Amino acid sequence: MSVDAHSSYEVVIGLEVHTQLRTESKLFCGCRVRYGDDPNHHACPVCLALPGALPVLNARAVEFGVRTALAMNCTVHPRSVFARKNYFYPDLPKGYQISQYEEPLATKGWIEIDGEEPGGRSFAKRIGITRIHMEEDAGKSIHDAAANGRNGSQVDLNRAGVPLLEIVSEPDLRSPAEAGAYLRTLRQLLRYVDVSDGDMEKGHFRCDANVSLRKKGAQELGIRNEIKNLNSFRFVEDAIRTEIERQARVLDDGGRIIQATRLYDSATGKTRVMRTKENADDYRYFPDPDLVPLALEAAVVERARLTLPELPERRRIRFESEHGLSAYDARLLSVSRSLADFFEAVVAARVPAKTAANWILRDVLQALKEREQEIEETKLTPEALAALLRLLEEGRITAKSARELLPELVEHGGDPAELVSVRGLEAVSDSAQIERAADEVIAAHPENAQRFRAGEEKILNFLMGQVMKKTGGKASPAVVRDILARKLKA
Amino acid sequence: MAGPLGTISELRAQLDGRKVSSRELTDAALARAEALEPALRAFVGLRPERARAEAAEADARVARGERRSALEGIPVAIKDNMVQAGEPTTCASRILAGFVSPYDATVLTKLRRAGAVIIGRTNLDEFAMGSSTENSAYGPSRNPWDLARTPGGSSGGSAAAVAAGVVPLALGSDTGGSIRQPAACTGIAGMKPTYGRVSRYGLVAFASSLDQIGTFTRSAADSATALEVLCGHDPHDSTSLPEPVPQYSQRLSGEISGLVIGLPREYLVEEGVDPAVLQCVREAVAELERCGAKTREVSLPHTKYAIATYYLIATAEASSNLARYDGVRYGHRAANAKDLGDMYRRTRSEGFGAEVKRRILLGTYVLSAGYYDAYYRKAQQVRTLLRHDFDQAFAGCDVIATPTAPEVAFRLGEKASDPLRMYLSDVYTVSANLAGIPGLSIPCGFAHGLPVGLQLLGKPLDEVTLLRTADSYQRRTDWHTRRPPEPA
Repeated sequence: MSVDAHSSYEVVIGLEVHTQLRTESKLFCGCRVRYGDDPNHHACPVCLALPGALPVLNARAVEFGVRTALAMNCTVHPRSVFARKNYFYPDLPKGYQISQYEEPLATKGWIEIDGEEPGGRSFAKRIGITRIHMEEDAGKSIHDAAANGRNGSQVDLNRAGVPLLEIVSEPDLRSPAEAGAYLRTLRQLLRYVDVSDGDMEKGHFRCDANVSLRKKGAQELGIRNEIKNLNSFRFVEDAIRTEIERQARVLDDGGRIIQATRLYDSATGKTRVMRTKENADDYRYFPDPDLVPLALEAAVVERARLTLPELPERRRIRFESEHGLSAYDARLLSVSRSLADFFEAVVAARVPAKTAANWILRDVLQALKEREQEIEETKLTPEALAALLRLLEEGRITAKSARELLPELVEHGGDPAELVSVRGLEAVSDSAQIERAADEVIAAHPENAQRFRAGEEKILNFLMGQVMKKTGGKASPAVVRDILARKLKA
Repeated sequence: MAGPLGTISELRAQLDGRKVSSRELTDAALARAEALEPALRAFVGLRPERARAEAAEADARVARGERRSALEGIPVAIKDNMVQAGEPTTCASRILAGFVSPYDATVLTKLRRAGAVIIGRTNLDEFAMGSSTENSAYGPSRNPWDLARTPGGSSGGSAAAVAAGVVPLALGSDTGGSIRQPAACTGIAGMKPTYGRVSRYGLVAFASSLDQIGTFTRSAADSATALEVLCGHDPHDSTSLPEPVPQYSQRLSGEISGLVIGLPREYLVEEGVDPAVLQCVREAVAELERCGAKTREVSLPHTKYAIATYYLIATAEASSNLARYDGVRYGHRAANAKDLGDMYRRTRSEGFGAEVKRRILLGTYVLSAGYYDAYYRKAQQVRTLLRHDFDQAFAGCDVIATPTAPEVAFRLGEKASDPLRMYLSDVYTVSANLAGIPGLSIPCGFAHGLPVGLQLLGKPLDEVTLLRTADSYQRRTDWHTRRPPEPA
């Protein structure tokens, strides 16, 4: 049973994303944000909620929040207020989480998404952003006795107080594929403005989905269910799909949807009820009296706006118009800010845009994939790639040699011209040497020469290969082809 | 038994003149504290060894001519809701049993840098919730003027210690009158500065938007000396104020001619106040007029809502501030809990006293869904109106004079079973906390043989005018030099 089978329903999805900001220190104290250290290694009186400890807001986290809000076309409020969300849990040391509630950092924005449904129908639309607010993360409870080596549960507060942004979308998404596209676009933006690594596996990018169905054409929203614990892109789409099908079955059978919070179990692919609205928690939000309202002057926001990088959507369009790239290549090159910057730097070093694009999208990406690295993590500089490609353009090396050198440049860096000379990879430009090799090849393969003369042109490739072999792959293929053809036709 | 210690300025002169050493003063303070403890129960804990070591260091600095401040070598007591590195902090609550702070409150850091000698931690109502010190898990402190009576609260231990001459300076905290009311009850000076003037970092929170650390001293001049050390911006407290700290003690000219004293019509009515108390306050105002001050009537029309507003906001904040005492990380944890919920319930049931529980329940209620607008939000709106009241009143006067408390120190047990009557002890003091303005109580006479307090309220950050007014009064009167009888 698929959603399309229930063509009488319209799917309505809104997403709440929690993303971890990549600040050096926590949101309300000076403790470092770091993973993998011993439990409770980064836990000061503020993290531990010792008596008398007070929070002090991290200005860098605010700056990151503002950048994100601007990248998502939100209105950044001149005044926002931190509020306490009260509940008891062992990994919540204060007994409340400092968040924002009635007066968030920013509201009313949007982002553009596009993509394709599994059936092939493509979509491109604008998704509203309801609000963006700042809050602190909780610590981590470890219930597994085997893992903590002791009886009972243990708490690690290294994560407690780590800065998060909660980004809430309007209920504008209409399918699991749109939800997936929204998340990917959101993560791409977060990475572009350099505020979060957006790594879902590490829990730095978490998503809750609100899903409801309504009769097509209906104005009112249906009863929604919130699905929590979605920690990969695939799980988000799978869980939403499962939930849509569940709700459709209930409605088809004449049933009523009950508002609830559900947990997704990736092992079974099912959701189960965590709590219903009737027993929902009352968090007793109120403004945190330990923190003054956050005041952001318009000038501060405008300065942040000026420092924003060119965002992926605009960059993609510019790559098409300015560099004459195909829509497909432009999209791939603008996927990450570092790759797009790299591409533009290669072009700026006098390499034709199409050559640069081809080499980056094929050979460079291949090398990155093999190493599981991002471009900025390698030794390859745009200047080096440009130098390599210029040597190729000038016929001083063959494409084969260039391909051979690329992994070396990725791994160790260096000057391509120097490497070419050290390795003896200069293209053979001595035509006498090539002519001698061609004569030998034709003499050694009389039948093949005859077949070419009889019109079987494809055989030339075989003969070329033989000549290349004799010249150690360093002869320019174009020159070899010319010489061979001339000699065979003579 | 060692006799009562003098004022800071007297002890300063003796120390600087090498007539006495800090070590001798500290020994005297410790001896007196111990001797009076059975009668007063002013202290939760003394720290004789460390105090003596600090005194020896102070003496060495004085000998080298490296005096750090006017508090160098002076014995000081701290209300036991300000944390000290390596020492227990109890807040007079069972729930903090076994807790030892790894860090110093900012005021402790400042006192140490000033060379003060911390002799011990004083008793209080549990988590500073109360007006009599009867809500202490360690039992009530007693008033040196009459051991059957309360020294007031919640900073009753600090007030008793200063009134009995154990120390010339003790720190307290004032959320709704917890410095000024006990100062009035014990006949000493109690100063609550402007909200944010003294850092709250390391002060165990009761109601964060109202809590303010302040001083108990014998004289207003001593308050000025201590405030110079304690006040100032603290990067650890986002609500602390950035304004520079005046040299308060240099500004006590004794001159108040032309000063306009506002007399709020709503406070000086006979209703709900002991006429003998009111009489003392009127005489004190007359004395200030003789010093050259003028008086005029002012109005604070929303005063009648102050107590209700205060108990909504203070309990709401307290319910959240006290959530951290959950038995997970420090302090008391119930034994043999069945599960997490059971552990929370039993830990908190066993750890908190009745008044703290009452306030947590009230605060939880006023913040809960469906009641927030009617209670918490409404209280915040009234709080704004109360602030405006003071803004308007101060447009026409420099200080406001009122009684500190509606009656003299009451008998222990007299109001313990009637929380509402107890809450009314704060009727004249809570408004200053709601408005964030400074308030000072000084002794202005006796009624029924017990001290009466005159409360002076000032404009935000205008501690100077309060201190100058009080100092001028004390130059012409001797109420602040009266001492309670030595306990038998």
